[in-house]
Amino acid sequence: MLTEYAFWFLSFVAVFSGIAVILSKNPVYSVLNLIMTFFSIAGHYFLMNAQFLAAVHIIVYAGAIMVLFLYVIMMLNLNNLETEKRSNVFKLSAVVAAGLLMTVLSGAIQTADQITLAEKTTGTAGLVENLGIALYRNYLLPFELASVLFLAAMVGAVYLSKKNLNETQA
Amino acid sequence: MEILHNVTINHYLGLSTVLFALGVFGMLYRKNAIIIFMCVELMLNAVNLALVSFSKMHGDTDGQIFVFFIMVVAAAEVAVGLAILMMLYRNRHTTDTDTLNDLKG
Repeated sequence: MLTEYAFWFLSFVAVFSGIAVILSKNPVYSVLNLIMTFFSIAGHYFLMNAQFLAAVHIIVYAGAIMVLFLYVIMMLNLNNLETEKRSNVFKLSAVVAAGLLMTVLSGAIQTADQITLAEKTTGTAGLVENLGIALYRNYLLPFELASVLFLAAMVGAVYLSKKNLNETQA
Repeated sequence: MEILHNVTINHYLGLSTVLFALGVFGMLYRKNAIIIFMCVELMLNAVNLALVSFSKMHGDTDGQIFVFFIMVVAAAEVAVGLAILMMLYRNRHTTDTDTLNDLKG
């Protein structure tokens, strides 16, 4: 009973702060609202007893990615150059396109069977032990490749942020 | 009240759909490249939520492993993408995507 109320509360928080991300004039408020959305999604993971993913989600998204966004906004000083002017036709077509996508997807969901999530808050699939066994036994190669991907991304980010990239290339 | 008090897989898929559509809407609606980037994150999270609920439905760990790898790729993507945005701002002094039309024929 309590988990159902928690589901609806978290869903409303996620959707409304998602809307606020898009409609905020100030990018800093967009970042804060996106952090709010991420925390409510982490709450959904907790409700589904995916404890490891909930913790990793908060650490990676709220702790690392959004801090990176805040740093970039701070360094670019984007607060006061927000002079977006879209024509009304463009705005309307954006609404229509996203609405059509949502209609198609929800139409596909509606014909699906209503399956209640079995042992919703007690299942053991999301515990650290079981995820660790799956990750290091069945998915060892992708796990190692992910570290190579991180190395490549780190080298790429450092190279792109070099101050005199144009002079060295020319 | 039946629909309110019995959370099914469809509820999670519905929430995932709404969040994904919001991300698409934001990408089309905003011009600031940083906000567009945030909308990509929103869409990735919508897919993550659907994968976790499927994993829950089957009582299987594989879906959650996929979510783990999506998070890995998202972190790498943000690091490189924000570096590109910094370069862009350094050279053009704007992140407005409508001004970046050099390749327009």
